[in-house]
Amino acid sequence: MSEEPAVAIRRLTKAYRRGGQVVPVLNDITLDIPAGDYVALMGPSGSGKSTLLNLIAGIDRADGGELRVAGADINMLDEAELADWRARSVGFIFQFYNLMPVLTAFENVELPLLLTGLSRGERHSRVEAALEMVGLADRMEHYPSELSGGQQQRVAIARAIITDPVILVADEPTGDLDRASADDILALMGRLNTELGKTIIMVTHDPYAAQRARSIRQLEKGELRGTLKAAPEGKS
Amino acid sequence: MYWLKLTLRNALRHKLRTLLTLLGLLVAILSFGLLQTVVDAWYTGANSAAPDRLVTRNAVSLVVPLPIHYRDKIRGLDGVRSVAAANWFAGVYQEPKNFFPQFAIDAAPYLAMYPEYRIDSDQLREFMRDRKGVVIGRKLADTYGLKLGDVLPLRGTIFAGNWEFVIRAIYEGATPRTDTSQMFFHWQYLDETLRAKAPQRSSMSGVFVVQVTDISRAAEISAEIDAMFRNSPAETLTETEQAFQIGFIKQTEAIVIAIRIVSFVVIFIILAVMANTMAMTARERIAEYATLKALGFGPVFLGGLIYGESLAIALSGAALGIAFTFPVAGWFGAKMGTLFPVFEVSNETVWLQLSCAVVVGITAALLPARRAARVRIVEGLRAIG
Ligand SMILES: Nc1ncnc2c1ncn2[C@@H]1O[C@H](COP(=O)(O)OP(=O)(O)OP(=O)(O)O)[C@@H](O)[C@H]1O
Ligand SMILES: [Mg+2]
Repeated sequence: MSEEPAVAIRRLTKAYRRGGQVVPVLNDITLDIPAGDYVALMGPSGSGKSTLLNLIAGIDRADGGELRVAGADINMLDEAELADWRARSVGFIFQFYNLMPVLTAFENVELPLLLTGLSRGERHSRVEAALEMVGLADRMEHYPSELSGGQQQRVAIARAIITDPVILVADEPTGDLDRASADDILALMGRLNTELGKTIIMVTHDPYAAQRARSIRQLEKGELRGTLKAAPEGKS
Repeated sequence: MYWLKLTLRNALRHKLRTLLTLLGLLVAILSFGLLQTVVDAWYTGANSAAPDRLVTRNAVSLVVPLPIHYRDKIRGLDGVRSVAAANWFAGVYQEPKNFFPQFAIDAAPYLAMYPEYRIDSDQLREFMRDRKGVVIGRKLADTYGLKLGDVLPLRGTIFAGNWEFVIRAIYEGATPRTDTSQMFFHWQYLDETLRAKAPQRSSMSGVFVVQVTDISRAAEISAEIDAMFRNSPAETLTETEQAFQIGFIKQTEAIVIAIRIVSFVVIFIILAVMANTMAMTARERIAEYATLKALGFGPVFLGGLIYGESLAIALSGAALGIAFTFPVAGWFGAKMGTLFPVFEVSNETVWLQLSCAVVVGITAALLPARRAARVRIVEGLRAIG
């Protein structure tokens, strides 16, 4: 494969300092995630899954090692460059959706487009298409408080894909949902991967959710413990 | 547009909190405006002084009078158009709280020097004809329901005894800022009465008002007047009417300073309230700020949201406060009667009110905006669960 991996991690380390004590969280992580992959990151609580995901997404800083994501050496970027890079390259899906409560579904999805040079008309047609894709064309004017958890997460997914980023990061995207809603979300994420070709990295505790990914990585005490499931070709 | 939408909706998110803050701002900005107007009212006399009028008084103190024959000497100076005696009377009308200024004057020259006191010519003739006659201002007449022909009894304080005057004329102000709360009567009448009852106090005047022909020579003529009486038993001090008025007001400056301090304390208190509201708001929204940052928005956008919200609330509160200042000042001015001859909200006061609101809005947003700009995304996001 000549193509550069979406995520290339080399000897990545991260530790927290707490009152003079150094708590290592990630030790010497080396990992490639090919473009178009859909990785589930599993592991016990406190193993460093969220920390690793946050580093990949460029919202936290590593202590050492190399981190190339979507073609950028993000350890080397300053705060402003990193923010621009995130706006262009990363879509975020959070456990608690993190929608702006004062904005409608439509406006929430439109939000990231304000950082692009798109005209109002272009923004609107894009937002409509994204909400259509997540099946909420009829809920555009609803506020988050008027939507179910599953619907809110779908709005969040529309927001995550609206700028057409290379990778999507999701930290327990179904952690706060019931089974049926979780299924909807997982199906939607599968489509983002297969239909839109998004590289997805998802942290999850739920083996059922993990099974929907192409590959599963296990993290334990800050170290990767091999691949549990090879990327099966042609999975939908 | 988007920013404005987000800002305004954020401001209306906690309706009760915003309402209470607005109420606080209203009261603070209103109080500030009223206190500022009180200070202005204090200085009305100085503001309505004319540049061609000088006041000559005893160099020792304002309460020591000058011999009346100075009048002719001053009138003889080159560049002096007219001179009039004016004597503070300080009589009590019914009760001491009914304060208004009373002057015994050389009626003809004095009133000619004050064209801003508009008197009907028939009334003026009546006044000049009656030695016990008085001219009173419109505001004074309205405050106590006084009419032409009414007897106006005053109990003397500086000049003991019960005095009776008859209202012969009512003057109108040339502008709304003209003091129409005063009373004028004939210095001649005062002097005649004193000659009979207390001769040693007769033939004196508290001050002389001097009108010059050329305002550019005012300083020169002041110096000449004072030079004329140097080394006499009653040396004079001549200054412009404005300087004289300010000197007079200076005696009560402590009160003015106290009022000014209170007015800024009020603003300071509302600033603390507002800062607390904004801090509370920002604390609750840390996860939202972190989310916006994760999406790629920078500190400028976040700062804009917080400053915008703070300013929107502060300016709305100020608008309400200013809107209420006018009717409340009107009511208050009427209540105060002749104590404040002119009680009007000036443009400067409105500008000051607005400026205070802007300062409050910006200052209250300072720390929350800094906090939002500095919050680390991962920590901010954790604030949700
Ligand atoms: N800000 C911090 N300061 C100190 N220690 C931290 C901080 N954030 C995380 N940690 C520690 O780092 C370790 C990994 O945390 P992380 O959130 O990545 O775990 P996780 O695998 O996502 O766990 P979970 O499944 O419970 O979400 C934990 O031991 C945690 O206590
Ligand atoms: Mg986690």
